[in-house]
Amino acid sequence: MPVHKMVGLALRYLLLIWIAMIFIFPILFMVVSSLKPDLQLLMDSSSLRAFLPVGDISFNNYTSAFDRAPIFFFIFNSVMITGITIVCSLFLCSLSAFSFVFLTWKGKGVVFAIILATFIVPFETIAIPLLLIVNNLPWIGLEGFKTSWINSYHVQIIPFIADALTIFLFVQYFRDLPKDLVEASRIDGATWFQVYRRVIIPLSGPIVATAAILKFLMMYNNQLLWPIMVVQEETYRPVMLGLQYFFQLNTQWGEIMAYLTIITIPVLLFYLVLQKAFIASIASTGIKG
Amino acid sequence: MGHVSLKSLNKFYGDLEVIPNLDLEIPEGSFTVLVGPSGCGKSTILRLIAGLEEVTKGEILIDGNDVTYLEPSQRKIAMVFQSYALYPHMTVAENIGFGLTLAKLPKNDIRKRVLEAAKILQLEDLLERKPKALSGGQRQRVAIGRAITRNPKVFLFDEPLSNLDASLRGQMRVELTELHSQIKATMIYVTHDQVEAMTMADQIVVLNEGNIEQVGNPMELYEFPQTLFVARFIGSPKMNIFQGKVAAKYQCQTLGVRPEHMEISHDGGILKGSIRHIEKLGADTLIYSQISGYDTVTARIIGKLEMNIGDPINLKFSDNHVHRFNDGIRIDS
Repeated sequence: MPVHKMVGLALRYLLLIWIAMIFIFPILFMVVSSLKPDLQLLMDSSSLRAFLPVGDISFNNYTSAFDRAPIFFFIFNSVMITGITIVCSLFLCSLSAFSFVFLTWKGKGVVFAIILATFIVPFETIAIPLLLIVNNLPWIGLEGFKTSWINSYHVQIIPFIADALTIFLFVQYFRDLPKDLVEASRIDGATWFQVYRRVIIPLSGPIVATAAILKFLMMYNNQLLWPIMVVQEETYRPVMLGLQYFFQLNTQWGEIMAYLTIITIPVLLFYLVLQKAFIASIASTGIKG
Repeated sequence: MGHVSLKSLNKFYGDLEVIPNLDLEIPEGSFTVLVGPSGCGKSTILRLIAGLEEVTKGEILIDGNDVTYLEPSQRKIAMVFQSYALYPHMTVAENIGFGLTLAKLPKNDIRKRVLEAAKILQLEDLLERKPKALSGGQRQRVAIGRAITRNPKVFLFDEPLSNLDASLRGQMRVELTELHSQIKATMIYVTHDQVEAMTMADQIVVLNEGNIEQVGNPMELYEFPQTLFVARFIGSPKMNIFQGKVAAKYQCQTLGVRPEHMEISHDGGILKGSIRHIEKLGADTLIYSQISGYDTVTARIIGKLEMNIGDPINLKFSDNHVHRFNDGIRIDS
């Protein structure tokens, strides 16, 4: 290989390693710190030792973290809230995207533009009006009739099912699917819902995976502001609210790192399961772009 | 079964009129080819018959029943697309039987009908494969198989051979014609390839800008083109067109002569020029000559020809084989 090509290759790898490090080091710091007592953690934080499992290493922070907060219970809440939201979101958003792409109805363009416009509205600006709405909405559940959605699982699920990004992702993907398939299935006698379920969705694996991962991150990581506003009871709290348990009286950084390491596991697992489809979708979008 | 009537059919896309007031009868059991250049509206007509596009005005009747506003699946038609439109996630058997599965037929019946279609199209060994594991010709057969199992009154083909290579296209032309004589259903076939139209059709409909130029059997169109457009469109190589002095000699504005009716003259001819290009096809030879005052004139000469590019040439034609046109319309002598 000529020298200038080798130098180019080396530079490229150096750049990639540098970018990878930017992403890996915070996670490494979190995991390594979770194994150290607070004093050593603070002393190490000003040197490279912060990223190395050296010194007084133990799982004591994990045991203390489990003693301090009902971690598995919070993880269960978060996974359940996130899981139900993802399933409902994938169904409803893909269905509305299907309607935008394949059905003909008056005002379609305007409605789609309005949905896209909600992209630029930050959640913080609608949080208070949304709180006022859910506070006065009735609900019939297993516990009978309630006059408010406050303190429940569904108050953390329903407002987040439909979102512009997921609809937009599905719309973009569906637009690239051959229209002939839809027409052929209509001639074969499929109803619109059958076209959706038996033809379009089976061909949408990559985008379903992408939307699921993005929605998972959106839901799992951002369960802070809204749950603080609408959930007072421990029963319905997600993992992010569990962090509050570690900031009382004296802050235990080692325990916080242990807690964060534990609650990161579901995210990593979810990503690992869907990463192939996720990468395929990103790659194919790039090619089609 | 399967007589199709289009009555005063009209289609607008926004303000653009693509089919202005079209009437057409497609006889039961016929193989009708809609042919014309790109953008002439032939695919639109097919899609209107299929119910994939909404009619702006007019009626579509199949066996006397008005199907203008029926859903595609209720019209008793089947369509084969240019892209084949096979479902990539289904096997060949599932693709062929999809319509029957949707109709909730018993599994045994579906299997039986899929096997029947597979037998006709020689697909028995491929039934468990996915479309991506098939060649272009095999995919085309699966698409036809899917149409056959629906037992339609009318088959619609939208340029089904245009994605195949030349030799496979020739083979599929024969197979489709044989299939038509075997199942005797009405077939409406859209193509821009006049060779396909000439070799497969019982009836050809030549379209130009949404209007019908001429309807007839292939030889009628070839021997008696009613318009200059049809004369130019049907036949390969194209008909030679003359205006000016040559046409005036035959008391018309435009004169057409087929390449096979041109002859080399050794005692001086009506057209004098030089050879620009020669194509030796074996059984016959095509000579493209530059005649002063005209475009290239093509002559088809039987057998070999001992002449070279640049040689002077004199061409003539017999009075019995001329086509005369005034204002683009045929005038018969």
